[in-house]
Amino acid sequence: MNDAQPLLTVDDLKVSFATEEGVVQAVDGVTFELGAGEVLAVVGESGSGKSVTAMTLMGLTRSPNARFEGNAHYKDTELIGASEDELRRVRGAEIAMIFQDPMTSLNPVHRVGDQIIEQIQEHEGVPDQQARERTVELLERVGIPRARERVDNYPFEFSGGMRQRVMIALALSCNPSILIADEPTTALDVTIQAQILHRIRELREETGAAVILVTHDLGVVADIADRIAVMYAGRIVEQGTLDQIFYDPQHPYTWGLIGSITRVDRPRPERLPAIAGLPPSLANRPEGCHFRPRCPHEFSECPKVPPLEARVDGQAGHLDRCWLPVDEKRAKREVRPGEIGLETKKEAAA
Amino acid sequence: MLRFTVRRLIQMVLVLFAVSVITFLIFNVIPNSDPAVRMAGRQASESTIKAIREEWGFNESLPQQYVTTMKKVFTGDLESQFTQLNVGEEIRKGLPRTLSLAIGAALLWMFVAICLGLYSAVKAGKFADRFLTIVALVGISMPVFWIGALMNHYLGFKLGWFPNGGYVELTEDPVDWAYHLILPWTALAILFIGFYSRVLRSNVLDTINEDYVRTARAKGLGERQIMIRHVLRNSMIPIVTLWGLDFGAVVGGGAILTETVFDLQGVGQYAAEAIGQLDVPPVLATTMFLAFFVVTLNAVVDILYAYLDPRIRLQ
Repeated sequence: MNDAQPLLTVDDLKVSFATEEGVVQAVDGVTFELGAGEVLAVVGESGSGKSVTAMTLMGLTRSPNARFEGNAHYKDTELIGASEDELRRVRGAEIAMIFQDPMTSLNPVHRVGDQIIEQIQEHEGVPDQQARERTVELLERVGIPRARERVDNYPFEFSGGMRQRVMIALALSCNPSILIADEPTTALDVTIQAQILHRIRELREETGAAVILVTHDLGVVADIADRIAVMYAGRIVEQGTLDQIFYDPQHPYTWGLIGSITRVDRPRPERLPAIAGLPPSLANRPEGCHFRPRCPHEFSECPKVPPLEARVDGQAGHLDRCWLPVDEKRAKREVRPGEIGLETKKEAAA
Repeated sequence: MLRFTVRRLIQMVLVLFAVSVITFLIFNVIPNSDPAVRMAGRQASESTIKAIREEWGFNESLPQQYVTTMKKVFTGDLESQFTQLNVGEEIRKGLPRTLSLAIGAALLWMFVAICLGLYSAVKAGKFADRFLTIVALVGISMPVFWIGALMNHYLGFKLGWFPNGGYVELTEDPVDWAYHLILPWTALAILFIGFYSRVLRSNVLDTINEDYVRTARAKGLGERQIMIRHVLRNSMIPIVTLWGLDFGAVVGGGAILTETVFDLQGVGQYAAEAIGQLDVPPVLATTMFLAFFVVTLNAVVDILYAYLDPRIRLQ
């Protein structure tokens, strides 16, 4: 992490939605910091609250049914309680977002160029011609060939990968300090995924923007992230640098996630390992540790909520939410990724 | 865009040709009796029937009959068997009235429906929305001849706020023209306002949840700009199609009731009277004319539609 003041500080953020099935606690006390130019990956499976966290930072989850608690400080702005006008100044200009599905994220009836120009002019009242020139440059920068012609095309004339590039150009158009990428490659095929991630990494080096990369794919993360936050059922269960998470994972859920990555450099397991069970319903979560029902190592402490704190000696930045003593964790988890957590689960079941 | 327009216009010409053939068949061939007798009307003398048969070429081949009929329709060489007035002339006289009524009403209902539909969608679920839902249902349920008669009676006759029917030329006095048309416009528009505002409301509610609207919000755009540029524009696409079709339908027959209730003497009223008297030439001519109008208008709407939704152009 950078030594300077963090760019973004999220403190005990809670988001809940009133639904017909009761109150859904989508985000339950998320705390993290983001330094300038840093890439933070937020990893978790569907419904873990990672997208809601990301969108809440931009005020995109606001609705009559939503309740928010906690703080998110960006520079001098408190994002959670900000007025719509304050948020509008931040959105697009300071914090920009790339969404999951490029096929539906662009308005089908407007030219792609116009959709970028619109944002530039909203935040910086530059003349039409200048905004257009900048748009062409942006499209070239994200790797769209013949950008000068393509700027006048409509979204349906672009492929999925190209549309995601347009979304990236759109997000970068006002030089934001934070780029939130919400599963930017999920809807794309694998070769395009790699291209898009490379492009995001290059652009981050060129522009110095911090990136929050929301994903369920740990493989994607290994390529690009500085730090990782693992989310489960609305909470961050483990947080640390790339190396800390990959080489010394502390939370049994993280073991399971790492265990479920397919690897070409290891003998192929008979079946792709998976974490047994399903994530809890967010309207009706277990007391204490949320992972408890799926965890093979549950013991007497687990019904109490484990705080997110540093538990490994000498690793101040490595936080997790598991009551197990560190030594026991290291003994219980298997070191080889691909099998971590699973063998023990089987034994426990037998 | 140009290619689409040209292609659509060629299609239109083909449809118009088909329409003319079908109309010809319906009037002159399908009824199982001598067309000359029917055209001459009741109690016509033998010589009149013979003259008509000569004039329309009913003893010649069908294609020849078709050509003769169309020639008569398009050169305006048609006369009513009752009034002996030139049919083309009568349609020309009635047309500005019908169009005044239809265009005014269409603009009115589109404008009011957009306002109400958008407002209703923004306030979805709240009191204002529910209230407007009821108003819309009431509007849809009231037939033109009833609401028109009521308006005429109370607002026109009893209170004397508006003229009791009649029509003033636009070129003569634009203010008086509009003044005379306010009641007919409203009566005709009410049904469509109810219907359109409901359709628009649900379109807007669908569109609001689209990912690209979220993108627009993430760009930092104002609520107003989001609603107009990103929500309304997309929600309007189905409405515009409907609008063109309904406008065509109003001119091509829907205005008959309104015209009659308010005595506007438009094409619709003319057609209605001709039908009442079994006066074939005006019925034939107005049918052709109104069908052509609808077909042409549909082409215009499709072209407009392609402008609104670029995806259509390339198909």
